[in-house]
Amino acid sequence: MEQAPPDPERQLQPAPLEPLGCPDAGLGAAVSKEAAGAGEEDSGVDTMTHNNFWLKKIEISVSEAEKRTGRNAMNMQETYTAYLIETRSVEHTDGQSVLTDSLWRRYSEFELLRNYLLVYYPHIVVPPLPEKRAEFVWHKLSADNMDPDFVERRRIGLENFLLRIASHPILCRDKIFYLFLTQEGNWKETVNETGFQLKADSRLKALNATFRVKNPDKRFTDLKHYSDELQSVISHLLRVRARVADRLYGVYKVHGNYGRVFSEWSAIEKEMGDGLQSAGHHMDVYASSIDDILEDEEHYADQLKEYLFYAEALRAVCRKHELMQYDLEMAAQDLASKKQQCEELATGTVRTFSLKGMTTKLFGQETPEQREARIKVLEEQINEGEQQLKSKNLEGREFVKNAWADIERFKEQKNRDLKEALISYAVMQISMCKKGIQVWTNAKECFSKM
Amino acid sequence: MDMNSFSPMMPTSPLSMINQIKFEDEPDLKDLFITVDEPESHVTTIETFITYRIITKTSRGEFDSSEFEVRRRYQDFLWLKGKLEEAHPTLIIPPLPEKFIVKGMVERFNDDFIETRRKALHKFLNRIADHPTLTFNEDFKIFLTAQAWELSSHKKQGPGLLSRMGQTVRAVASSMRGVKNRPEEFMEMNNFIELFSQKINLIDKISQRIYKEEREYFDEMKEYGPIHILWSASEEDLVDTLKDVASCIDRCCKATEKRMSGLSEALLPVVHEYVLYSEMLMGVMKRRDQIQAELDSKVEALTYKKTDTDLLPEEIGKLEDKVECANNALKADWERWKQNMQNDIKLAFTDMAEENIHYYEQCLATWESFLTSQTNLHLEETSEDKP
Repeated sequence: MEQAPPDPERQLQPAPLEPLGCPDAGLGAAVSKEAAGAGEEDSGVDTMTHNNFWLKKIEISVSEAEKRTGRNAMNMQETYTAYLIETRSVEHTDGQSVLTDSLWRRYSEFELLRNYLLVYYPHIVVPPLPEKRAEFVWHKLSADNMDPDFVERRRIGLENFLLRIASHPILCRDKIFYLFLTQEGNWKETVNETGFQLKADSRLKALNATFRVKNPDKRFTDLKHYSDELQSVISHLLRVRARVADRLYGVYKVHGNYGRVFSEWSAIEKEMGDGLQSAGHHMDVYASSIDDILEDEEHYADQLKEYLFYAEALRAVCRKHELMQYDLEMAAQDLASKKQQCEELATGTVRTFSLKGMTTKLFGQETPEQREARIKVLEEQINEGEQQLKSKNLEGREFVKNAWADIERFKEQKNRDLKEALISYAVMQISMCKKGIQVWTNAKECFSKM
Repeated sequence: MDMNSFSPMMPTSPLSMINQIKFEDEPDLKDLFITVDEPESHVTTIETFITYRIITKTSRGEFDSSEFEVRRRYQDFLWLKGKLEEAHPTLIIPPLPEKFIVKGMVERFNDDFIETRRKALHKFLNRIADHPTLTFNEDFKIFLTAQAWELSSHKKQGPGLLSRMGQTVRAVASSMRGVKNRPEEFMEMNNFIELFSQKINLIDKISQRIYKEEREYFDEMKEYGPIHILWSASEEDLVDTLKDVASCIDRCCKATEKRMSGLSEALLPVVHEYVLYSEMLMGVMKRRDQIQAELDSKVEALTYKKTDTDLLPEEIGKLEDKVECANNALKADWERWKQNMQNDIKLAFTDMAEENIHYYEQCLATWESFLTSQTNLHLEETSEDKP
């Protein structure tokens, strides 16, 4: 595979994270951190300096979304949304950024990238994609994928996805990721050429299969429980939040009806007329204010959703460990039984059942030469098995070590992000209350003048 | 309620200032104080019904005593209203709460229903007491003071049910004629009443709907806080933050409950009373029209010499007086009613606005203190990290 970039030495600087809740998220993550939401500016900078091996810094943004029509694999017309990814490199000295790459990708390409990363980095908690279809919607919100608000939030979610990868110490160095940002044509072919689909363990996808693992690492078992709990509690929270949003919408909108009736009533009132009319106007303002309020809350919901999907990524790592452990135990078991067979053949005692043993019993004993041959084969297999077991053990330990390192990193990220999200929720509530006080104070003044 | 310091002027509940009626008479010379309370259930072989205790305190000479306590049931109130309408057909009699709620599955003996009715009955009697003419009505006095058996025997006197029905039939028949000759000012009044009735009915529906939506919002919010507590059980590092969020949500929940109860005490009863008033007003217009119709038919008879016309001029004279009286009474009462209506509506909506402001202020304070505590924590943490 050819490397496309002019400068083969050029490495990627992990770009710091832009919190989802921040309204500037769409404008890209500036390396010089200033647009963080409430809280954690310092830790963002710290992460950067720790990973600051690279010479140049980059900014990644998903800046636009566009509706397109094309032909799909079955040659049928389809409509889809394409997203513009822009990469800028930031000059150290003057902080100016230069656009270096710009290309369009659709959601399915993001999925392909993620699936590739899952196969090649099974020990990493791979950042999740924003949801494919709108879920946890409250009734006024559209569940339509083409709805502009949904597309906008997805754009932000995709940008966040890329930023998460770019700021991950290991993932950011991946070539396929780099090409995703820079190689417009042929990228899909390049990914598929890695043959990652073949490497993928189909058992990882079999969510329902349980493997009888005798000695799993307790930390992973606990982590699996945690990820189940996290998924369950966030789902629950999102569902209730959607219902609360629905109800809140109702309360605000009904007040809008006052506006109309007050206005009509004011026509027949001499003294009360003006007060009624202007109070009615404020009721209209109140009723329409809920739309923006709830749109902001959707961003908060998206922040939670990211961690809902992260639970799945955590489970994937646990699963991988389970499978490795299972394979290890199976290999050890297989080796042990072969050793036993060998021993029995050598000493002539038959303790283990084997088909050969049965046939010999039925059709007569085998010759010493035959037996010798079999022992030799088994000894070779045992040797091989021991080598394999050794390497599997090593693999397993490496995996646990690396995975656990990433999990620790993930935990810290999660704590920071969730705390920030909860704080941003409080900020939203405060803004809503201030608006409410404003509107009702105005209305009260109008009423008292009636 | 403190029996020594009550008055219809004092709110019966903290936010309900439903009884603040301004009237042209000197407010300081109020000499009749009425309360309605203590609903009690009575069971007989035939029926079950509720009575309300009515306590009257007065310094008026025409009352035999200065304090009275009686028990009355809804039927008795209906009787009183009927008598007042009879005696003063073109005065705006205060409305009674409905017999039973048609919409919704409210049973007659449901606690909320009884309480709402009690408050409305209290209002009814106090409005009569504050009315410059009705307050001196004899039947009103008997209603407030007579013992049960006295009231029963008094009720039996006066025009019977059949004659009253006959009156109603005649009224309907002749009211149409009255409409044709309605003076300009009463045409205007009628237009106003029609439009007002439409609007107040809409406002009543909107207000009820708001209450319902707020209640449903409250019900959902109740579930929202506890989920954060549940979550905190699996997050060591976020326990405090999550628990704090949960408690903020719970406090906002309580604030919502308070807002709801404010709405149901201050706004809903007032708006609903005026819905009933608007129906009452249409009745008053009809009665006025009917009185005029009586006159008009006699005048017509005289003009076209349909019947024996000897006694007609005298009758017509009496009827002309009657019409003039009725019209004047209505005009005066109309002004008074309009003034009261404006004050009541103004107050009710101002209260509602105040409730909402208070609600948002409480929630604001809650979340702001959460933010402050989080910022303080953060500052503590970062100062610990510094070398």
